[in-house]
Amino acid sequence: MATTAPPESIPAHSDDHAHDDHDHKPAFFARWFMSTNHKDIGTLYLIFAIFAGLIGGAFSGMMRVELAEPGIQYLDTFARWFGAVDPDFNATLHTWNVLITAHGLIMVFFMVMPAIIGGFGNWFVPLMIGAPDMAFPRMNNISFWMTVAGFCSLLISAFVPGGLGIGSGVGWTVYAPLSTYGSQGPSTDFAIFALHLAGAASIMGAINFITTILNMRAPGMTIHKMPLFVWSVLVTAFLLLLALPVLAAAITMLITDRNFGTTFFDPAGGGDPVLYQHLFWFFGHPEVYIMILPGFGIISHIVATFSKKPVFGYLGMAYAMVAIGVVGFIVWAHHMYTTGMSVNTKMYFTAATMVIAVPTGIKIFSWVATMWGGSLEFKSPMVWAMGFIFLFTVGGVTGVVLANGGVDDVLHDTYYVVAHFHYVLSLGAVTALFAGFYYWFPKMSGRMHSEFLSHLHFWVFFVGVNTIFFPQHFLGLQGMPRRYPDYAEAYAYWNEISTIGYMIMAASLVIWFANIIYAFTAGKKAEDNYWGEGATTLEWTLSSPPPFHQFETLPVIDEKAVH
Amino acid sequence: MIFGKHARAASRSLLALGMGLALFAAPQAATAANPAAASAALAEQAQVDDAAVAAEAQASEASAPAAPIDRMKPTEGKGMPVAKGLGLQDQYSKLGGYGAWIHDAVLMPIITVISLFVLFLLIWVVARYNRRANPVASKTSHNTLIEVIWILVPVLILAGIAVPSIDLLAKQFKPAGADALTVKVTGNQWNWSYTYPDNGEFELVSNMLNLPNYPTINNGVRVVKTDPSDGPAQLEVDNRLVLPVGEPIRMQITASDVIHSFAVPSLWFKLDAVPGRINEKTLQIDEPGVYYGQCSELCGPKHGYMPIAIEALPRDEYNAWVLKQAGGVIDGQDEAGQAADDAAGAEADAPAEGEAAQTESQANDA
Repeated sequence: MATTAPPESIPAHSDDHAHDDHDHKPAFFARWFMSTNHKDIGTLYLIFAIFAGLIGGAFSGMMRVELAEPGIQYLDTFARWFGAVDPDFNATLHTWNVLITAHGLIMVFFMVMPAIIGGFGNWFVPLMIGAPDMAFPRMNNISFWMTVAGFCSLLISAFVPGGLGIGSGVGWTVYAPLSTYGSQGPSTDFAIFALHLAGAASIMGAINFITTILNMRAPGMTIHKMPLFVWSVLVTAFLLLLALPVLAAAITMLITDRNFGTTFFDPAGGGDPVLYQHLFWFFGHPEVYIMILPGFGIISHIVATFSKKPVFGYLGMAYAMVAIGVVGFIVWAHHMYTTGMSVNTKMYFTAATMVIAVPTGIKIFSWVATMWGGSLEFKSPMVWAMGFIFLFTVGGVTGVVLANGGVDDVLHDTYYVVAHFHYVLSLGAVTALFAGFYYWFPKMSGRMHSEFLSHLHFWVFFVGVNTIFFPQHFLGLQGMPRRYPDYAEAYAYWNEISTIGYMIMAASLVIWFANIIYAFTAGKKAEDNYWGEGATTLEWTLSSPPPFHQFETLPVIDEKAVH
Repeated sequence: MIFGKHARAASRSLLALGMGLALFAAPQAATAANPAAASAALAEQAQVDDAAVAAEAQASEASAPAAPIDRMKPTEGKGMPVAKGLGLQDQYSKLGGYGAWIHDAVLMPIITVISLFVLFLLIWVVARYNRRANPVASKTSHNTLIEVIWILVPVLILAGIAVPSIDLLAKQFKPAGADALTVKVTGNQWNWSYTYPDNGEFELVSNMLNLPNYPTINNGVRVVKTDPSDGPAQLEVDNRLVLPVGEPIRMQITASDVIHSFAVPSLWFKLDAVPGRINEKTLQIDEPGVYYGQCSELCGPKHGYMPIAIEALPRDEYNAWVLKQAGGVIDGQDEAGQAADDAAGAEADAPAEGEAAQTESQANDA
């Protein structure tokens, strides 16, 4: 089998179909607002992530039109949209910082994480391990609604006073002291509270996934027979569980510094602004792996499915993710090379950071080796997956450049960094999300999407995002700092091209929505296993969409199965 | 890679040109403006009515051309970004050339080859192992040898990168020496102030020159391009940071409000200005010139409008410039004992900046 035990070891699940008649779905309100069903909660997460992603994407569009040419063209208008009355120049410029802050927080906490962990994780972890549902269905529900509440808090923050304008303009990193005595007004408190809620929601989600995966695997599915997507979510859940409390501590100290007179991060009272950065990045670096690891899992399944081959080096793939997770906790200060660290600290973090390239390389080469000798079929998920492998490689190698503390002196906080992390996230994690979407959409909805539109979506998106972000490497090398609404004339050329790229990318989203509409109106009904013999994990043994409650009789995995 | 090579070739020809121009312009370079006026401007910087601001800007614009400012004219393309540029800015500091070499000659070739190698593998499997070319998939899912190879080869490549990279770090942290000139840089919302503790403690406040067709950004500061010595808009300032060339300078960097970052790309220099701390780093500039940089840590609305301009002069012209500053003195920079006293004095000042103040090199020297 592709990413777990051989297929012959898994019994067919005809008995599940027999239960379809007994699918007692609750009424609309109870089903969608009080849900305890992992598939419904997964669907809610996906819809929420799409909605939040559109808002976060609109913010990035506002930034790209402002950056299309030097000067301040639109920020005054945007400031008025957020409720500023006759904004002065400071309030106008402050709006820029609100846009970058909101874009970053939304995309990280309310788009990628809900989609890839809350959405696909909820949907497919129980299906893949042969479990009827998550271990704690009610905790699953509250973790979704707390994410929604957090998002509302973040949106409120954009419309209330903060510092010299409307909204919170502190960056997604919320560095003190700009976020403490540097930003008066309630806005930053709302933004911090949004992080608290999203963080608590993710911690509960992590506990749920760990419990489910460790305790509810079908008989015979040992930890070394788990599908790689389940492995990736397990590792991610541990990262969430260990990293998010540190963020919670850091931002709680921000709240008390802001409102209750403490001075954790204020040198005037013996505090240290750099302490905040250590705490934030101790969370922040694992966070970037939280966003990409489930993507690795998705890509492994897709590559194996469409190569009609088991994934190459299953154990190496699984433990490479574990290694990335472990090493991810001991490299945080490479985000802080310019804060004035000692030479030994910089040397250590340089060396430790470069180590991450090794397990990442294992993954890239194992995907290629999976395809090697395969019988490749270029269905839509496969095209997206191959795009992912290339784009993630490009984003990964620029990470090796940035890992060097001495070289980072010239690249830190420039557009080179922006290009790097968008290549691994916007082009990496988001591409993995689209790959997973096309892989599983018919399974979730019961309707086939259009292959033509999916391919078109890929190519337009691929051209668009590369046009946005590749020139940003050049801008960064030339020294353009990030988080600037305006720039010297010399940076105009590549910025204009980058903005054109945004328009192309935005067009690709129209194709995506057209595809979804097509699927629901004219799409063929999806079979149980519409990808054929290569798709071998347990979700393909169920109907499309799966019954409201699946695996009432647990599937049994052959004990003797080997890879 | 290619971009780097082109940039370096271009840099060599520009270098010769720049040297000539710099030598030509140097004798005229001297005082920028008097610091008293600048600090008055800073005091006024708080919010002012738009109309008054506009009037003031016009006034300064009108009066500016009357007296050309006696300072170095920047060389086009030197110490500043160039239009459509693809690679790093040309480097003019002692370690910048080495850093650029690591990037252009070590890192870029390696990452380009790796990316192209992965792309080639993907194209190869598409061509060779598509369903028509290879209808029956193999069942191979293990090969210990190849797995060991793709662990060991990256390890060796990374070890190869680490050698010059760690070496660069070690060199960057070499202290400037007891008799080196100390210059203190303070980041403020939204300008830089420069203090010269070895030259009589005088202070300059450096504001960005206002931009044409913009609301006034810095009150009492003229508009850019109203003087022949003005460099690019958004990068040029009223009072540049004047430094001597060819000697290590102890840069001590702090901030008065929120975190800023003092960054000059063409000098391979970036260090955060953190309130309550003094960060220290050695800067040695190779040749005279004007080098531009920008604040590189988000610090509020005008984060984008607090650039850095360094004017590097030969030592004797630097001394002449110091003596023209109110309170500027040159006392025994060439007498070792006196200089050591100055350095000790500068270090003694450091803790006074804030309870948590900490000079980095002291920790590193130990």
